[in-house]
Amino acid sequence: MKVTIESLRSDILKDIADISGENVAECYQCGKCTAACPVNQAMDILPHQVLRLLQLGLVDEVMNSKTIWICASCFTCAGRCPRDVDLANVMEAVRVLLLRERGASRIKAEDMPEILRKGMPEQGIVSGFRKYAK
Amino acid sequence: MRYSYYPGCTLKTSAAVLEESALNAAKALGIELVEQEEWQCCGAVFPLATDEIASFLSSVRSLDAARSAGEKLVTICAACHHVIKRANHVIQSDGEVRDKVNNYLELDNYYSGQGEAIHYLEMLRDDLGFDKLAEQVKEPLTGRKIAAYYGCLLLRPAKVMQFDDAEDPSIMEDYLSALGATPVEYPYRTECCGVYLSVNNEEIAAGMVKKIINSARRSGAEAIVNACPLCHYNLLELQDKTPQGEPVLPVYYFTELLEEALGVKREVEEKTR
Repeated sequence: MKVTIESLRSDILKDIADISGENVAECYQCGKCTAACPVNQAMDILPHQVLRLLQLGLVDEVMNSKTIWICASCFTCAGRCPRDVDLANVMEAVRVLLLRERGASRIKAEDMPEILRKGMPEQGIVSGFRKYAK
Repeated sequence: MRYSYYPGCTLKTSAAVLEESALNAAKALGIELVEQEEWQCCGAVFPLATDEIASFLSSVRSLDAARSAGEKLVTICAACHHVIKRANHVIQSDGEVRDKVNNYLELDNYYSGQGEAIHYLEMLRDDLGFDKLAEQVKEPLTGRKIAAYYGCLLLRPAKVMQFDDAEDPSIMEDYLSALGATPVEYPYRTECCGVYLSVNNEEIAAGMVKKIINSARRSGAEAIVNACPLCHYNLLELQDKTPQGEPVLPVYYFTELLEEALGVKREVEEKTR
């Protein structure tokens, strides 16, 4: 990991800020988001670390993480943030950039029979495809 | 009392029992829920990306139709309520999105967020009143220890949803008390069940469900009630069902107990639950 002036000025950081509507510089690393996260044990980068990496312009570490796909958008982190940073929005911005520009879909139409076989309700199917595919 | 009613996709399909029980109970309470003529899927998840505007159209169509009818818009599914209520908030607070949505929809009147989206539970609490509800209970659920599961979508973000205290809610417990049941409070009642992680990360969601179920069980719950078809699926289907495990903790939609307490319970085939 190397922090450079170029990475701090990268277009992708601007895209994440624009799409999320969040200013990651507001975060002062208290760790409440990580403490609040019900799924942090399955993550490779913890929620507060996602914000720190983005503050340092280390976008690739975040984009290549499992964490962004494990975040369940439960909004607990944002509710407990003393700096009003909505991390769920930041996670979404990283996901949509990957889905829109790098074809990173995690589920495909071919997966549908198996999903249906499980008895997944329509709400789950639509949510899954909205979050994991383009 | 008369309301515009937005059902959503899942209440017409795999969660039909949620719609049927809710409408049946409403009828018994003298509440008229009039299904909107042209509703469309809410999209199931609220668009968190600020440049995703098309996803608001379905919500705004329904909100505007309810506003035109001079009625509040009632939802029963927690996800639909979440999406529609948040969409209305964006329309109220973001002029650029508001203009774009209006330009696209070409409604008879400019829509600026005057509609009001409420959840069925809010209708019972704020419009009917839990005290009045209690008076109409014919078969109180006396002695039944029920754990309310809130999940995420009704409560958060608290500033927008304004459903209850997001960290320490009581609406569902108060509701259960009105029905004569004994509400069981437990630490994990507002924790996420894993939502759509069950689509392709089932083990992770199952771990989340386990914590919720164990927490409710330890607090003495005999059953769980909830208001979300996906929570319902996760809590029930991802529960530990190994032979050496404890018997499955029953999971009900909150409206199923309402029907029962009002004395209008219908026979429901187990598979539709």
